[in-house]
Amino acid sequence: MKPFAYHQPDQIADAAKLLTSIEDSKLVAGGMTLIPTLKQRLASPVALVDLTRLGDLSGITDGGDTVTIGAMTPHALVAASKLLQTKIPGLAALASMIGDPAVRSRGTIGGSVANNDPAADYPAGVLGLGATIITSTREIAADKFFLGLFETALEPSEIITAIRFPVPTKAGYAKFKAPASRYALVGVFVAKFADGVRVAVTGAGSGVFRVAPMEAALSGNFDASAIAAIKIDADGLTSDIHAEADYRAHLVTVMAKRAVGAALS
Amino acid sequence: MQISFILNGRPTTVDVEPATLVAELLRERLSLTGTHIGCDTSQCGACVVHLNGLPVKSCTLLAPALMGATLLTIEGLQGAPGSNRMHPMQEAFREHHGLQCGFCTPGMLMTAVALAAEKPNLTEADVRHGLEGNICRCTGYQNIVVSVMAGAAAMNAGNGE
Repeated sequence: MKPFAYHQPDQIADAAKLLTSIEDSKLVAGGMTLIPTLKQRLASPVALVDLTRLGDLSGITDGGDTVTIGAMTPHALVAASKLLQTKIPGLAALASMIGDPAVRSRGTIGGSVANNDPAADYPAGVLGLGATIITSTREIAADKFFLGLFETALEPSEIITAIRFPVPTKAGYAKFKAPASRYALVGVFVAKFADGVRVAVTGAGSGVFRVAPMEAALSGNFDASAIAAIKIDADGLTSDIHAEADYRAHLVTVMAKRAVGAALS
Repeated sequence: MQISFILNGRPTTVDVEPATLVAELLRERLSLTGTHIGCDTSQCGACVVHLNGLPVKSCTLLAPALMGATLLTIEGLQGAPGSNRMHPMQEAFREHHGLQCGFCTPGMLMTAVALAAEKPNLTEADVRHGLEGNICRCTGYQNIVVSVMAGAAAMNAGNGE
């Protein structure tokens, strides 16, 4: 790691100010992506702005037909939340599948969503549930937030403070994980609402995306059999050392069926 | 920067560069070499310590995160106060041969103790899921899983506590 200055503001406004006033500064939440990146010298910011002192950004609150998760809430807390296990068990299950226990102790929902890794789990849950990303300046719908490979609608000094999830009738997540990293080779989140079904895929392409034909089929019949024959075009999907694009395309249908199964169980 | 925290029950203050990893701080500055660095890429889990009671990989933790925190390392793991005995999880690893070369063992123990503290009645599936972030290249995990289950049972029965 190259040396850097370290700031631990206790007000969100101060954090935003530091971010704009120090050129080449970066936010750090749990650091589960940033610290390995710094160690490999893939990034060498002059200053880190640590968000852990902003205590009010961690926690899960019941809003009736919504549940709001503070940006600094670690995955372990989401996985163990009785509220989520009751209201959106698919989201608690997703959190329990991220990384390993040590990663879940430190990694945060805000960090994961802001980073928008193409193989991260949370983007599938956020887009699949049609959540709202609440930032230091505004609210952004999930459909307008994820813009592709590590890219989001966030402005440079904008900080995620919480994410508000609508409570679905049913929801489930299934992933085929890369065995060493436990990132999603393909992960599919399925959510059923009174007015239709949403299907979001992570790991398969350069960013999380929805699958309209599956959403239409599941809106008519919320059963794994309804999507068994739907094939995903491998064109544009990721090919790497772990899997070819056509295998990932195949896995999307398999994981979508399993996600529906998880939602119904 | 100056950082004050509780290390294995003792108030500790160190002056460090912010770009210092907790694993380095423990091993190179504080001479606590029980915490091992295996991969240094947060995959192997040999460096697991407890930060405020939760298992974390100290090779992927910056020293400033320790400010005001409580840190427990393998050196702080022990049986009943003054008993001169090992922690029940350590006893279980010895009893059930949960190690061969021993390099991964400090991390295995710290993860296992946190797992057992979090959930009272562990199933084998819980243990295998809970050990996903700890790699052992000797044992094939069989005896580690047996040890963790025995250690968890002993912890919950209050043996040696």
